[in-house]
Amino acid sequence: MKRAGLDIGSRFIKYAVIDKDGAVSFYKKETGHNPMSVCEELFDSDRADRLTATGYGRHLMEISGNANTITEIKAVARGAREVFPCCRTVIDIGGQDTKVISLKQDGGVQSFEMNDRCAAGTGRFLEIMAKALGYDIREFGRDGYPSDNSNISINSMCTVFAESEVIGLINKGIKREAISYALHSSVTQKVTALTKRIDVKDDIVFAGGCALNGTLVDMFKDTLQKNIHVHETPDMLAALGAALY
Amino acid sequence: MSKDYTTMWKELGLNLQAHDGLLSVLTNAYKNIYLSQKNRPAAMDYFDFVISEVHGLRIEELLEAKKANKKIIGTFCIFVPEELILAVNGVCIGLCSGAEVGSDSAETHIPRNTCALIKSFMGFKLSGLCPYVESADLIVGETTCDGKKKAYEAFNEITGKVYVMEVPHKKDDSDRFLWKEEVEKFADKLTELSSEKITVEKLKESIRIVNEKRLALQRLSKLRAADHAPISGLDALLINQISFFDNPVRFTAKLNELCDELDKRVKSGVGVAPKGSPRVMIAGSPMAIPNWKLHAVIEGSGAVVVGEESCVGERNYRTLLDTNFSTVEGGIEAIAERYMTIDCACFTPNTERLDNLEEMMKTLNANGIIHYALLFCTLYMMESYKVQSVFKEKDMPFLRIETDYSLEDMGQLKTRVEAFLEVIREGNSN
Repeated sequence: MKRAGLDIGSRFIKYAVIDKDGAVSFYKKETGHNPMSVCEELFDSDRADRLTATGYGRHLMEISGNANTITEIKAVARGAREVFPCCRTVIDIGGQDTKVISLKQDGGVQSFEMNDRCAAGTGRFLEIMAKALGYDIREFGRDGYPSDNSNISINSMCTVFAESEVIGLINKGIKREAISYALHSSVTQKVTALTKRIDVKDDIVFAGGCALNGTLVDMFKDTLQKNIHVHETPDMLAALGAALY
Repeated sequence: MSKDYTTMWKELGLNLQAHDGLLSVLTNAYKNIYLSQKNRPAAMDYFDFVISEVHGLRIEELLEAKKANKKIIGTFCIFVPEELILAVNGVCIGLCSGAEVGSDSAETHIPRNTCALIKSFMGFKLSGLCPYVESADLIVGETTCDGKKKAYEAFNEITGKVYVMEVPHKKDDSDRFLWKEEVEKFADKLTELSSEKITVEKLKESIRIVNEKRLALQRLSKLRAADHAPISGLDALLINQISFFDNPVRFTAKLNELCDELDKRVKSGVGVAPKGSPRVMIAGSPMAIPNWKLHAVIEGSGAVVVGEESCVGERNYRTLLDTNFSTVEGGIEAIAERYMTIDCACFTPNTERLDNLEEMMKTLNANGIIHYALLFCTLYMMESYKVQSVFKEKDMPFLRIETDYSLEDMGQLKTRVEAFLEVIREGNSN
């Protein structure tokens, strides 16, 4: 039987298909304004016999697609555990939400924390900041730690205020590498604060699109002082986890 | 609503256009959230009727009572002794809150970062939307939190009819003494306002009425311990909310009728959700009508809410009042003592609350606890950490929710609640 997992996120829809031999294929498209038609396009490229939906748009599929739904928390935990069986903690930074999840020995979810309703510290936050600094999102975070970080920091919790702060710094003539570093450090601090509310155990899997950002990964390693694993497609782990249900 | 109350609302000084808008939003919400539930007990009909007439027939009754020289006393808190109000032939009524109404007007008197409940009661009054506040002869405030304490000053400037009872924040001898004096002063205030003398007989009779009401609410609570749950948490919450509005004698009779039906349901194994559905208890801030948001999300996700550890819930009816007194002073002392058993988060320390929570979890056969706090409701937000540590030790699923009356966090709220229910279900299957 061919199984599929569909993760309808705020920015991208991810689709994982596991064929009867266990081979996994991943597909990804921007969510856009009509997620249902995007889902249909994804299905057309690879039909499965069974579908489980997750992500903030999961209930769309429940109504029209006759699919089971699970939350992205359960899905990402399952996906992370599949690719890294040692995983006891997941940090998942998605488009709108940041989650930290503590797993039991057997892989089940023990407890979790999510960011508040605002976008502080999420992927959307980083996207807006990358744009303000003129980075392509794939390039953002490649500068790493600057030799001269000018001791600047981003103090605002709110995305809009933080953007104003960034613009202020640009206009002061601060190098964009230094501002980028400060922004990454601000996100790391916010997520680390969330991890303090759960029982963080080794090993940690960093999931979600933001895990492709090397600077963030390095900063989490420095701050949390634990083993951090990143899959080659960290943004696909929730879709994979859904497919496995 | 069965008849046109426009003239009555106009005479009360309501903003008719805004009020029509409010009622139509409420009617729709009620239809979507309440009337769409499956397999409701037949006796819920009465409570549906009360809600449909909450700004109509009930207000007409209050105005009739006023004509008969009875005083209408509006309250916001379970610390205000209903027994004393009934003892002077008064009517005790909960005032409007629970919806995001008139925030902009409220913010001309109180800060933006105030809890939704306080903002809402200010907003209701300032927008001319609460017939209860307009019917009240006296509005009784209390000092259970700093937000309310200061908001009552502004509320008095606007309404001119606020009276504040000081609730102490410890339970030492000196605090009990202060509270007893506050209850005595309130009795004097009521006597003066109503020109009715409080007698031992009247006190005993009103205590009997309120005890009966609390007993019926306790009975409902016990019936919710059954799996199959015989009634939804949404319906039980509604009944608890209505207990602050309805005529207490009629309410008690109707609630007992409902409990008779629920008794039969429990015996024959009829329920509102499949047997074995996750059973969640909610603890924390009170939920005034029409704040049904969290219950709706939880039950919409396939779980049953089996209890409310809240002022609109168990805290309101846990303790009965001893009628073993022979003087008015003795009666007032008994009242003061009973109200000091309330485990409100305003007290320090408040260890009774933790014990009561554990007890409730056991008696209601709950599988998990959601601690609910209104944003900026500092006392319950603070206590959630203590509650969490108690349940963490017992490996009991725990979720903390901080939210308000708005719908902007519905997506996140749903994800959190559903993930929490997944944790409960997985724990059950192990």
